[in-house]
Amino acid sequence: MDLFIINFLDGLIYGLLLFMLSSGLTLIFSMMGVLNLAHSAFFMLGAYFAYQISLYLGFWVGLLVAPPIVTVLGALVERYGLRQVHQYGHVPELIFTFGLYFVIEELVQYIWGKNFVEYRAPESLDFVAFTLAGGSIQAYKVFMLLCSVAIFLGLYYVLARTRVGMIIQASLSYPKTVESLGHNVPLVFMGVFGVGTGLAGIAGVIAGPTLQTYPGMAFALGSIVFVCVVVGGLGSLFGAFVASLIIGWMKTFAAAYNVGAAEILIYFGFEYPDNVYYHPWRDLWTLTLPQIGPLLPYLLLVLILIFRPYGLFGRRDA
Amino acid sequence: MVSYTSRYSNNILKSLLPWIISTLILIILPFIFTGGGSVTIMNQIGITIVMAMSYNMLLGQGGMLSFGHAVYMGLGGFIAVHIMNFVEDGLWLPLPLLPLVGGLVGLGMATIVGSFSTRKAGVVFAMISLGIGELLAASCIVITAFFGGEEGVSGDRTWAPPTFGIEFITQIEVYYLIAFWVLISIFLMYLFTQTPVGKMANAVRDNPERAEFVGYSMRWVRYVSFCGAGFFAGIAGALFAINFEILTEENLSMGMSFNILLATYIGGIGFFIGPVIGAVGFTLLQTVLGLQTDLWALYTGVIFILTVMYAPSGFTGIVTMHYVPWQLGKIHLLFKPYAKILVPALIFVAGLTSLIELTNHVRHHSQETSITLYWITFESNTIIPWIVLLAMTLGGFYVCRVFAKEVVDAWGEANYVEKG
Amino acid sequence: MKLFKKFASFVLASGVFFSSSTFADTVKIAFIEPLSGPYAASGSQGLAQFKFVAEDQINKKGGVLGGKNFEIIGFDNKLSAKEAVIQVEVAIDQGIRFIAQGNSSGIANAITDHVKKHNKRNPDKRVLFINYSAVDPALTNDKCNFWHFRFDANADNKMDAITDVIAGQPDIKKMYLIGQDYSFGKAVAAAAEKYLAEKTSVEIVGNELHPISKVQDFTPYARKIMASGADAVITGNWGADMLNLGKSLTEAGYKGPIYCYYCFGVGITSVFGEKGVGMLKAVGEGFHNPAPSDEFRQFHKRFKAKYPDNDFDQPRVINALSMLALAIDKAGTADDVVAVAKALEGMTFDSKLLNTKVYMRPQDHQAIQNLHIGDHSADVEFDMDNSGYGMKIFKTVEMASMDSPTTCKMKRP
Repeated sequence: MDLFIINFLDGLIYGLLLFMLSSGLTLIFSMMGVLNLAHSAFFMLGAYFAYQISLYLGFWVGLLVAPPIVTVLGALVERYGLRQVHQYGHVPELIFTFGLYFVIEELVQYIWGKNFVEYRAPESLDFVAFTLAGGSIQAYKVFMLLCSVAIFLGLYYVLARTRVGMIIQASLSYPKTVESLGHNVPLVFMGVFGVGTGLAGIAGVIAGPTLQTYPGMAFALGSIVFVCVVVGGLGSLFGAFVASLIIGWMKTFAAAYNVGAAEILIYFGFEYPDNVYYHPWRDLWTLTLPQIGPLLPYLLLVLILIFRPYGLFGRRDA
Repeated sequence: MVSYTSRYSNNILKSLLPWIISTLILIILPFIFTGGGSVTIMNQIGITIVMAMSYNMLLGQGGMLSFGHAVYMGLGGFIAVHIMNFVEDGLWLPLPLLPLVGGLVGLGMATIVGSFSTRKAGVVFAMISLGIGELLAASCIVITAFFGGEEGVSGDRTWAPPTFGIEFITQIEVYYLIAFWVLISIFLMYLFTQTPVGKMANAVRDNPERAEFVGYSMRWVRYVSFCGAGFFAGIAGALFAINFEILTEENLSMGMSFNILLATYIGGIGFFIGPVIGAVGFTLLQTVLGLQTDLWALYTGVIFILTVMYAPSGFTGIVTMHYVPWQLGKIHLLFKPYAKILVPALIFVAGLTSLIELTNHVRHHSQETSITLYWITFESNTIIPWIVLLAMTLGGFYVCRVFAKEVVDAWGEANYVEKG
Repeated sequence: MKLFKKFASFVLASGVFFSSSTFADTVKIAFIEPLSGPYAASGSQGLAQFKFVAEDQINKKGGVLGGKNFEIIGFDNKLSAKEAVIQVEVAIDQGIRFIAQGNSSGIANAITDHVKKHNKRNPDKRVLFINYSAVDPALTNDKCNFWHFRFDANADNKMDAITDVIAGQPDIKKMYLIGQDYSFGKAVAAAAEKYLAEKTSVEIVGNELHPISKVQDFTPYARKIMASGADAVITGNWGADMLNLGKSLTEAGYKGPIYCYYCFGVGITSVFGEKGVGMLKAVGEGFHNPAPSDEFRQFHKRFKAKYPDNDFDQPRVINALSMLALAIDKAGTADDVVAVAKALEGMTFDSKLLNTKVYMRPQDHQAIQNLHIGDHSADVEFDMDNSGYGMKIFKTVEMASMDSPTTCKMKRP
């Protein structure tokens, strides 16, 4: 039971981290109808900027300064890139963000090299916060958790209580009307894209020290974020929140329990083969849950898209 | 009557001419590029051409953006390698027929996946293709009995019964086999664009609602295009199996799908011939530029972004844009401004890439000071090359800006249709 | 036509054109590794070491065959089997007869397979495959061939050495095996199971594989390992999978040792820093603390002067190139690779520089050499990643796995 609770906590932390990424993505989609394939690249930029700043001014300055830089970069990309492509339609926009991902990844390697960089959690958070069932939880993880919750509450407040939020909210349900009311000025587009990528930047700053900062980090986390957003329902912030948590727990619990296919097959009355390594179904017999854990989100993605193309909480077709 | 027949045969000749020329080019090419390495690269180009053309059936003709097209190529290829191994154990199948089997595998898979993925276009289709792609790429590692794990499955093509005395031992024999299938595939895909379904695919892409009103089911049209694309991807996979004799998880991976998207887009979607140009250009970028610089992927990415932003119809689009001035007989107006801008543009590109390479060199090979760029060797620790390159970059850029106006004016003039 | 042909060959193979015109009379070795993309770090580090060793150890000492120099030419395989095969063909086209590769057993497998077929089909253009780093045991067992030579110890040999050390540590009672779900990870797990059962009474409390490069958060694995009560962990993980596993284990409160294959260099040493001390224990032939010889100190100084950002972490490169040079001299030719291969088989190389012996076993072309277990430590003469930390030799197994069995049935031409 204790182990269950600690896995539950780990999954929560991971899920909330995914939410930080997917919130920005879904925000951008709800306003602009663009699925930003370069989102995880901005996440990586956040981590690298924060690393560079932390070398001179420490972690906390990095945390404060790096996300705004990413925001500005995102806004510039919208202003000078995406807006140019917008006239050609949605598919070219998707392709543009895909190309952007490619170039950012290459640029990061060009600037910071291909090795891991030494981006660390601050000394002040480098201690064990509490211990549960023999496993300890680092203070930094608790800090991550608090940050994600703060972002969720902050976003919620902005969306529910402010004028900007009202525009965004309205655009979730009635994008056409909002457009015709004259709100869809290019500035709002630029702002939303900037803030959305900025959220990815914050996630990068915070996740960099635990998930490691290296040129492959965008690729490693890239497509899982799309899964969160699409499963939750494109454009739905709450949906992205729920889906991120589901996927966080899904991956954590799948990795935590070594359920094997063999046990299930034996339960159904099949006989364990004598020499399993030469058996034609050897891959099935030796299969375990952790082996396929990272696949489960994609399975979920495909199933959701087949049976409920607008996602769990989406009101619009993707 | 006589004039009718001659015009008729004239038309046939005219429509056959591109095919005859392509065939001749394919036959002659190996006599120009003789080395084994060149032939292997040309084989790779041929395979990429079939694959990119097949991708264009989805994206260019059907408006479906796929992130998992490599799946159909990979499956066709894996089955083809397994069949090569069965042939080794006594199954009778001449090698030149193997691509057909690969194609059928691709078709089969596409029939299944397409039945649910083509219901919607746009983001839903893209995300389903991503999901399926990730699922299959990952199961490649898990299902080792079929996919052979990360080291893949290898075969030997020479066990197949000789076809007309050819045993496909050398690369050049394989080249002609691939060239044959490239021609056949392109021809079949061309025929597809001429069928009602093929023509409707374009209509569905451009104006789905109207296409529906005319009485065509968008979904059905997309489904047929999707299956066709799967078939040709499978052929490409089997050709890959024949050429490389090994299939690995990489063949099903996202990276492979991404590369095909890059190649097709740079060449120009929406043009029948675009993917061919893209496949040739991209493979050369990858293999030949890759021999010259570690930063080839950066350059490819930048070219891609520039294409998406300023030439959404790709390289082929840029060329075909000149058809109107040509028709108007005004193409000559463009020669001078083009020639004028070419020189500073080349200086700008050379300067900028050299600066990038130089910076990269200094950062990563700090003690090796001599560097060769564009066949000129110099010392990177002296200030002069930096100044020269910076001047080239900035100067080239400035002169380009000045001349650009001239090009724009000339372009307007060349496209201007006089009244009356 | 002739002019056009010249121009065409120039365009398609400008690389060929230039390299062959500048150096006329050299023995060329194609170094086919990822030189671009996210995995290029190990590729470019290897290239630096190859180039330096060729220059410093072969060419400056007079080269081979009375004055011919070694020339290392880098080719980018982008960590792709397909690209590797293309680059092998391009290299053969340039008249290169020696192919060096090592990062990724999957690629090595594609290359050895291709080389085997190529040599059968083109007897006039045969090549040798110098595998300096790919450790999948199959390459010198079921998939062995006459053209492949491995200069690194294979995964089995290394596990043999690790378990020798574990056998001497009575406080290790429970062992957890974790690895990446592919041939190398499986080979490590199988070898660990076998040798632990043979040599020790250690109980294996966990044996699992996780998807390669797909796990971002290793915390649940760390919890499992903690819950199993393991005293030590064995892993073949590399890259981000190694780093994340180790970090998650420390964060979860794990205090025991991690026996690993690839837990040093390419930034891993520097990121672990102080936290890796007492935890990371790596196996390899290439740890230099304490320094093997004075000559090595000088050598290392010259290397660092030329490549200050790189580590010299693969001394097997010295063995590979030196032994190749000796074999070429003995065979009296660098073109007839059969003669070179026959000279290389069964050769014993005495390295003064590394103060060690290397024996190329003829029955499977597996180099037998001393293997060390190193501790991640700050008390080192030669650090890694310029971090102040490096691998300090804790125990050495002399000529490890000298008479280990092999399933190789070598067919000689």
